[in-house]
Amino acid sequence: MADTAITAGTLQGEPAAAAGFWGFSRAQLAALLVMIVFLAVAPFFLYPVFLMKLLCFALFACAFNLLIGYVGLLSFGHAAYFGMGGYLAGHAAKVWGLSPELAIITGGLVAAALGVVAGWIAIRRQGIYFAMITLALAQMIYFFCVQAPFTGGEDGIQAIPRGSLFGLIPLDRDMSMYWLVAGVFLAGFLMIQRVVHSPFGQVMKAIRENEPRATSLGYRTDDYKLVTFILSAGLSGVAGATKSLVFGIATLTDVHWSMSGEVVLMTLVGGLGTLFGPVVGAAVVVTMQNYLAEMGAWVTVIQGGIFVVVVLAFRRGILGEIANLLRVKL
Amino acid sequence: MFDILGIPAPLLFGQLLLGLINGAFYAMLSLGLAVIFGLLNIINFAHGAQFMMGAFAAWMLLEWLGLGYWWALLLAPIIVGFTGVVLERTMIRQLYKLDHLYGLLLTFGLGLIIEGVFRNEFGSSGLPYRIPPELSGAWDLGFMFLPVYRGWVVVAALILCLATWLLIEKTRLGAYLRAATENAALVQAFGVNVPRMVTLTYGAGVALAAIGGVLAAPIYSVNPQMGTNLIIVVFAVVVIGGMGSILGSIVTGFGLGIIEGLTKVFWPEASATVIFVIMAIVLLARPAGLFGRA
Repeated sequence: MADTAITAGTLQGEPAAAAGFWGFSRAQLAALLVMIVFLAVAPFFLYPVFLMKLLCFALFACAFNLLIGYVGLLSFGHAAYFGMGGYLAGHAAKVWGLSPELAIITGGLVAAALGVVAGWIAIRRQGIYFAMITLALAQMIYFFCVQAPFTGGEDGIQAIPRGSLFGLIPLDRDMSMYWLVAGVFLAGFLMIQRVVHSPFGQVMKAIRENEPRATSLGYRTDDYKLVTFILSAGLSGVAGATKSLVFGIATLTDVHWSMSGEVVLMTLVGGLGTLFGPVVGAAVVVTMQNYLAEMGAWVTVIQGGIFVVVVLAFRRGILGEIANLLRVKL
Repeated sequence: MFDILGIPAPLLFGQLLLGLINGAFYAMLSLGLAVIFGLLNIINFAHGAQFMMGAFAAWMLLEWLGLGYWWALLLAPIIVGFTGVVLERTMIRQLYKLDHLYGLLLTFGLGLIIEGVFRNEFGSSGLPYRIPPELSGAWDLGFMFLPVYRGWVVVAALILCLATWLLIEKTRLGAYLRAATENAALVQAFGVNVPRMVTLTYGAGVALAAIGGVLAAPIYSVNPQMGTNLIIVVFAVVVIGGMGSILGSIVTGFGLGIIEGLTKVFWPEASATVIFVIMAIVLLARPAGLFGRA
């Protein structure tokens, strides 16, 4: 049966507890190094705002991957946490006048709180039901955002100030903002890696592989699923919060179901259940959107086409395929 | 005019009728989803897009070929159902041995493609489709005016749902279908061509969505997004009803439509979310759904 699992192929021969620093395999350490060097050098060559957008989505995709890649739960409503994180951070920075780090934390906490409720309801079912339930709950949150006064309805929250980090470092310049975003991304990324390679993470993976067996070993699987869901929602909220500070705007686009579809696409393209896959997938999808922006509705068609091609021919995703070719873990 | 619970009767009955019509579409679409899920074990995310294709097929038949509503009611499901058969044969078939989530992802992608293509061709503003002359006008029921077409939609949907139920529960073909849902390998061993049955079932489910689209065309404007928002509500309906029972999805569909209509009267702000709230409550109380088997 393991052959049919949604992330099979990336897992085979995975050692129970990988040796090395923080559970990174040698290949992963090399990839991490490449990524950090890229983060440090890229803003001098590429447009920082584009990079910031990319990093926000990369964190979002990593948070989403925590759920699908390691517990095997496909959430089709992650836009709700991403978008609500954005709204709350925008509201906190603009109306309450909080500094950016507090605004981001607010966004993350509110998204996590939302995750407590939604997760508690959704984990009662598995598989496609779980996907449908998360989608429906997210649609409910979307309608809430359309009506609630603080979100500004169709206009969204505009002119969100970036403020000063810790009240000291002004973030108006894109380069200063970039380092904050890069720091938030890296912190989130390392946190996910730490969670996945903790004893808690081992149980997560056990649930993905064979839930009845995990139950029979005495693990309360629902608790593990719920905690992972909350973590995933919270980190998605942090990503959304950071994005709304970068662009100074939080709108309905980020809570819409199509955003939930986009994060699924990013993770799928990069490779479900791989550590770096979501980052690569986010980079591919965001870059594509950037170049195809003037093509209008064809972007939707192309995204749909990628879904179809990846599902039919390419299920491991980009990094999953590379890792398979090189016989390493990425 | 008299009042009921402080609400003017025409308003109450008007919303009740709207709720009944929405319920008719919920019932038809969740029925199609349940039939497809029963045999193929995939959730057809493209169902909303196929519903929209039905409406567009009706519009195209009228504008391009001059074929009216009744022809559309016959031809649109055949055309759209055929595209479903092609999709099943070429793509969906390859996923049966994999995790069910891949079916969801594939059909989600197909839905995006279909919606995007139609948005490119026709824009997103929506096209008008006139009510056929035989069904225009309204009846005066004394307490309210009932537009004939709306009455027709409710009746047609009820007939369609009951016919599907009869087909599945009372005929030999339906017996094969139910048997294959339980144990496909065994049915195949008895000499039934199960792969063909699976293909035709998907086609039939898609055709059901297309009929819904044709029925919807004169009520809602024909536009590329008409199916997607609907299908998310239908997912909630399916979760509430549970996909185990055909009759269950019909009852749940109509019932939730009526509840939604009543919410519009008594608490308009909550009408967009009431079905999702009910879904949450049902999940807490009875996770398998009202008619589902745990």
